[in-house]
Amino acid sequence: MAQVVGEAGGRTRAARLRLSAAFWRRPWLRAGSLLVPPAGAYILVYVAALAVLFVSAFWTLNTFTGTIEHTWNLDNFRTLWNDHTYWRIAGRTIGLAAAVTFTDILLAFPLAYFMARLAGPRLRTVMFVMVLLPLWSSYLARIYSWRLILSSDGALNWWLSKLGLPDQHLAYTNWAVWIVFSYIWLPFMILPIYAALERIPPSYVEASADLGARGRTTFRRVILPLALPGVVAGSIFTFSLTLGDYITPILVGNTQFIGNVIYRNVLGLSYNLPFAAAYATVPLAVMAIYLILARRAGAFEAL
Amino acid sequence: MTKHHHRVAGWAAAALAVGALAFVAAGCGGSSNKSSSGTTSASNLPTSIGQGEGKLSLVAWEGYTQPQWVKPFEQQTGCQVTSKYAGSSDEMVTLMRQGGSQYDMVSASGDASLRLIQGKNVQAVNPALIPDFKNFIPALKAPPHNTVDGVHYGISLQWGPNTLLYNTSKVTPAPSSWEAIYDPKYKGQITVPDNPIQIADAALYLSKTQPGLGITDPYELTQKQFDAAVSLMKQQRPLLKKYWALASDEIDLFKNGDAAIGASWPYQTNTLKADKVPVKDMIPTEGATGWADTWMLSSKSKHPNCAYQWMKWVSTPKVQAQQAIYFGETPANTKACPIMDSLSPGSCEQYHANAPASYFDSIKFWKTPSADCGNGKTDCIDYSKWQQAWTEIKG
Amino acid sequence: MRAGRAALALWSLLVVLFLWIPLAIILVYAFNTSNIQSWPIPGFTLRWFRVAWHDPDVRAALLLSLKCALAATGIALVLGTMAAAAVSRFRFFGREALSFLLVLPIALPGVITGIALSSFYSFWGVQFSFWTIVVGHATFCVVIVYNNAVARMRRTSPSLVEASMDLGADALQTFRWVTLPVLSTALVSGALLAFALSFDEVIVTLFTAGAQNTLPIWILGKIRLGQQLPEVNAVVFVVIALTVIPVVISQRLARESGLLK
Repeated sequence: MAQVVGEAGGRTRAARLRLSAAFWRRPWLRAGSLLVPPAGAYILVYVAALAVLFVSAFWTLNTFTGTIEHTWNLDNFRTLWNDHTYWRIAGRTIGLAAAVTFTDILLAFPLAYFMARLAGPRLRTVMFVMVLLPLWSSYLARIYSWRLILSSDGALNWWLSKLGLPDQHLAYTNWAVWIVFSYIWLPFMILPIYAALERIPPSYVEASADLGARGRTTFRRVILPLALPGVVAGSIFTFSLTLGDYITPILVGNTQFIGNVIYRNVLGLSYNLPFAAAYATVPLAVMAIYLILARRAGAFEAL
Repeated sequence: MTKHHHRVAGWAAAALAVGALAFVAAGCGGSSNKSSSGTTSASNLPTSIGQGEGKLSLVAWEGYTQPQWVKPFEQQTGCQVTSKYAGSSDEMVTLMRQGGSQYDMVSASGDASLRLIQGKNVQAVNPALIPDFKNFIPALKAPPHNTVDGVHYGISLQWGPNTLLYNTSKVTPAPSSWEAIYDPKYKGQITVPDNPIQIADAALYLSKTQPGLGITDPYELTQKQFDAAVSLMKQQRPLLKKYWALASDEIDLFKNGDAAIGASWPYQTNTLKADKVPVKDMIPTEGATGWADTWMLSSKSKHPNCAYQWMKWVSTPKVQAQQAIYFGETPANTKACPIMDSLSPGSCEQYHANAPASYFDSIKFWKTPSADCGNGKTDCIDYSKWQQAWTEIKG
Repeated sequence: MRAGRAALALWSLLVVLFLWIPLAIILVYAFNTSNIQSWPIPGFTLRWFRVAWHDPDVRAALLLSLKCALAATGIALVLGTMAAAAVSRFRFFGREALSFLLVLPIALPGVITGIALSSFYSFWGVQFSFWTIVVGHATFCVVIVYNNAVARMRRTSPSLVEASMDLGADALQTFRWVTLPVLSTALVSGALLAFALSFDEVIVTLFTAGAQNTLPIWILGKIRLGQQLPEVNAVVFVVIALTVIPVVISQRLARESGLLK
């Protein structure tokens, strides 16, 4: 074989074998060379960027020249603390995120259960495609089409009037924002719950039945706890996506959310990055707490 | 060391590393705005337009870079145009400040232009290179919002009013005063722009309805006057359907029955009329605020020759007429009038292209509010407070 | 029990309908005769497909989005697999921290990633370009590939690699002939989802793009103008039509390998 490959090929192969053996004998070298690129990239770029961002929350913007001054102070936090508008916006956003998460769990769980445990393989594939395809269509276009549905002369009222029901004026209200957020993030809730449910071996259900549990009890005491990490993982998505989104409120809402305040202070009204960074500590803190709780519930295995 | 100690040591090391990174970043960085290079003083302006560089990147109002006049430009000069739309002067200022050399030009209104000049984000231009410059109306050849100490920082483009737009089938009789957008009669059907400068519109209204406040210039407001205007805006909030941020917001609002009256630009009126929506716009008795736009050249532009070609192109009577009719604004070039009438009969008069100077003077053009009240006093409210107040108004 | 099943089936149908109604509207309104969207649709025309086809901005935006998504997915595949291999085969301090670190970009709101990267780039004087966009996308693409790879690696035995080396293969050959085939379907489905997320990303991209227009940014520009919206619908129509096939294929692949994910 080596003769066919040729001398040069033989030398390369020998070198590669020696290198492989060297790596094999030093597990830390293997681990290190696998670890350094991803960890290094993330620390040097992502973590560093985050660090600099949150450090800049303690700086201020000089409104005349538009430059950021590196003088340490708590002005931004003081403004946020004292102006109750920002409290209201934060409360509104967190409340909405919770509502959207709850709605999505309600919508997604039965669907995921059906897909994972009741649907045949072909039906499952079809349903999977139906759930994934919306992710490929434009997020913006889908939000925009909700304007058409919810506006006064839109599709919803057209159908309601056909059914003899009164017109709704949902467009550009917080209800509209809630509906659209629940709609947009739904696939992100379905997928982790499906994954968690699908992992439950059928033997568990059989064993539970053998032990005398009826359907509802099996569901409550076997399936639900095993599906919980998936639910929590999905809720991480819906919560964090809602906390920072600024596009949906602009397109279908009329109130400000945390994302809007941050966006306006960076790309919109002025490049007041320190203020935006200061306000960004709110979603950061909320998600940090959420993640700690999620870890306890074992969600990281279910992501 | 035990495993626990390993862990603690490891975390401590990691935290120290990140903290060190942050401190280094803090120390190293000077101001986060690199000082601009290429700010030309009047002495080193170009004397001729050179070879086009093949690309041109514009920051523009929606509707300012329509294919109708962009495509011929691209064909004639070879400069391929990309546009980034901005819905407010604030966005334009931010884009130009943070964009570095990404953007070559910006169609800045009067409330953005001075900020850009002061921030050295735009450079001086030579109007002698624009043949149609001599045909501009006198007021727009060297207006204070784009000419400082005799140095031109851009070429005036077009100007126009912020109008009162209403649906003729839902709002009868036709309104004649800005009072209509503060009227509870139209609750849930009103829309106004999502822009802090809208406070000036409230101030303009108050200047006529509450003369006791003594408002003479809606952009130069003392604390008392400012508070009154903000209070009026806060009263208006529950009556609004939406603060429109994108031109399409207002178009959809009127088309789909969500709004029947509001503050608008002629662009929306024209789009709605083209789609057979029964709307009309007008300037109420209290007068109107407005905008006078200038094409400005970024101080870091990499394509100055294409930029000059663009300034030349959009100043020609034909393009001035096309843009004026499309958007519903008034051209700076006096020679555009007959072409406007040939493209759309009566448009010259409709958009006041041949109106006397007194009409121009009656519009309160956007300018950046600053502490300088212009009458010797310096206790007026500056724009950063307008921006903060706007967040509060919107809620 | 039957009633329970029927109720679940009905609920599933309703939810799928809910997911698809706005999509159906997009598809139908690609044929709208009017520039502006209103209900009901005034008429049908094929004009917009022609307009989109001839529009150079659309082509440029599509191309840029494709390139960004490919680059981000590529980076995600490399870094994600490496991280997954490190985490599932070795014990080292900070193992959990690495998982946490990789999850951060999707656990934190995108606007934070956006402004952090944007100010970071400005700070270092980096010009906003194709690569600034790609880095922004890669931050959340990596974790998607990583999760799939880790899940798959947990189910496979490390003795496979040992057996391969016993048989005389070096590291590269082992990777190519043993590890990769085992991971392949997990990587494909992870890559597909990562590609989709990058292709459609707008929240972070608005902060990390300069004068470049990815497809979502082009769509946002058209939405701002409020005219010629059916052109947007036509483009989305074509994108969906083109992606049905890869999505179906990847699902069948996953199904055949016994792991529908």
